[in-house]
Amino acid sequence: MSDIAIQMDHVYKKFRKGEIYSSLRDLLPALTGQMFRQQELSKTDEREFWAVQDLSFEVKHGEAFGIIGHNGAGKSTALKMLSRIMKPTKGRFVVNGRLSALIEVSAGFHGDLTGRENIFLNGTILGMSRKEIQAKLDQIIAFSGIEEFIDTPVKRYSSGMYARLGFSVAAHVDPDVLIVDEVLSVGDSLFQQKCIQRMREIISSGAAVLFVSHNLKAVAEFCQRCLLLEKGRTVAIGTPEEVIATYLQKPSMGAYSDSGSGPVRISSVRVRDEDGECMRFRAGQKAYIDVELTAVRRASKLSVTLYMINDNAVHVFDTSTERLGHNTFDLDPGETYSCTFELDLNLAEGTFHPAVVLYRYDIQTVYDRWEPAATIYLSSEGGVRGIAHCFPKLVREEIHESPGSDSATLVGARSAKEN
Amino acid sequence: MKEKLQELYRNRELLYMLTYRDIKVRYKQSIMGFLWAILMPVLIVMSGVVVRYAYALAGHTPLRTTDIASVAVKALPWAFLVSSIRFSCLSLINNKELVTKIYFPKEIFPIATILAAFFDFVVASGALIVFLAVLGIGWSVYLTWVPALLLTMIALAAGVGMIVAAASLYFRDVKFIVEVFLTFGIFFTPVFYDASMFGDKGKWLLLNPMGPILDGFGACIAHQQSPDLPWLAYSVGFALLTLLGGYTFFKHLEPGFAESI
Repeated sequence: MSDIAIQMDHVYKKFRKGEIYSSLRDLLPALTGQMFRQQELSKTDEREFWAVQDLSFEVKHGEAFGIIGHNGAGKSTALKMLSRIMKPTKGRFVVNGRLSALIEVSAGFHGDLTGRENIFLNGTILGMSRKEIQAKLDQIIAFSGIEEFIDTPVKRYSSGMYARLGFSVAAHVDPDVLIVDEVLSVGDSLFQQKCIQRMREIISSGAAVLFVSHNLKAVAEFCQRCLLLEKGRTVAIGTPEEVIATYLQKPSMGAYSDSGSGPVRISSVRVRDEDGECMRFRAGQKAYIDVELTAVRRASKLSVTLYMINDNAVHVFDTSTERLGHNTFDLDPGETYSCTFELDLNLAEGTFHPAVVLYRYDIQTVYDRWEPAATIYLSSEGGVRGIAHCFPKLVREEIHESPGSDSATLVGARSAKEN
Repeated sequence: MKEKLQELYRNRELLYMLTYRDIKVRYKQSIMGFLWAILMPVLIVMSGVVVRYAYALAGHTPLRTTDIASVAVKALPWAFLVSSIRFSCLSLINNKELVTKIYFPKEIFPIATILAAFFDFVVASGALIVFLAVLGIGWSVYLTWVPALLLTMIALAAGVGMIVAAASLYFRDVKFIVEVFLTFGIFFTPVFYDASMFGDKGKWLLLNPMGPILDGFGACIAHQQSPDLPWLAYSVGFALLTLLGGYTFFKHLEPGFAESI
């Protein structure tokens, strides 16, 4: 087997949007209609768009390669081409060895079959032989942690159990090339750690891993190299630190605004620290967010709302000019407005997305919304997990001996319980 | 073509598992499963007996046991054809998750459906053998024709199955059209009657490729004679061409499945 696991060579993928005839009832009249209107056919070009353009990269065996980018950047399309579900419009690629994809890991489950039967079903779907599954069956069941329900039909499973069983099967395929797409959100944190551990094992066994995630922290930890996609094009390729820095510095302005017809529009949102524009912050640092508006028509009783979401779309924080004690304001055509929010970033390590909404409260109307308006990346010293950073200090710690028994038996009892 | 067939062969365990799934899910409540396998054949046989009885009354001829046996023998292959086409038509649409998420040769879906339908056929055949024994139809050397007839029937079902599976993925109304054909097809196929009843005009009915197959089953099991060989050869040729054409058609459209479903 050659050293190269994946080679993408100038790959393009084109999609059609707009009307696609999904029934003969629609197609037949359209065809007869077209016989009389030949010129309409040439218009199809406008309904096509390129989901992926000129994508080239190589992944070696034993290497973890990350792909990052906003929603709609073409990450999933690239993966679907690699896993041969979709065919590239142009270009070619080579995958050396058995490929397995951790995408929608429970796709092959059937609710009426038991967990055990579904392991066999899903395992063969993922390319294992029944003999292979039989050999790993105990391992797979133990990994999923649902031994007692393994002979229950999976339709009675909770969604968490369902996903855990799916991941357990997929994680035991022993692939030469592993594709991972946002599956680390499965299960509780204990199970997630198990998954990460398992992925490390797969990498160290010499498999190539292609890792797609919004979770920049995970990408930075896992991958040796990384690629940034934007609107189907490769923007940067290199070490995760460099590429993530490029990703964070690139304001995704415009891309997500649904501005258009409103009388007032958000014209810019900038995130900076004391020294200037910046996307990487330490926990506890101050951030400044500058917002600028431009009025096209007259609008009154306006306020600006600033909120922040994390990678799981959880609202982490929310404020507005009005709630901060400022009156609503009016704008005449051509007038601009600007304001600056100062924030204490008491946030734990991770990625956060500030978003800005232009709102009129009394008639409950959104004039413009940028979500996300930017992305910031928080780093913090060890010892803190979760969303917020409360700057914990351990200021007191005591152990009292329990009356009537000595501490040695207490320790013994506890460790017995753990086993 | 050779590579694609090798790929299909490599995935034989998956074919086995998907067939197992289809059967297992249907036979989960074992009594219902068994009834399901013989329900449609029993209904077809009962309506066949009614129709045959009407012929006998109208023609002032006696109703012979071989006539009833012939209807019973032809009911099973017809039920197999109907359910394999009906279910393979839905086989891709109903497995949307797998079609869009995981790569493997997708003809496995219609083929697994047809194998599961064949399992029902085998279960129902058990009941048929008992029924024929009751009617007093015994063994004969002509039964050696049965494997060839079965293979032709499966090839035809697989060819049509792959065409309707791929077509219904692109056009949602294909399944309704298929359903109409399956409902009324029995009137254009010699199930309740024999093509020979029409005299010279009977050959028009045998142009329906299922016609010579069913007549063949009737001939070699119920009437204990050789099938009409030229017509059977026509059916074999038709079935093989359908299988080849259906497979080519399916593989031609397959790369677009994930985007179009």
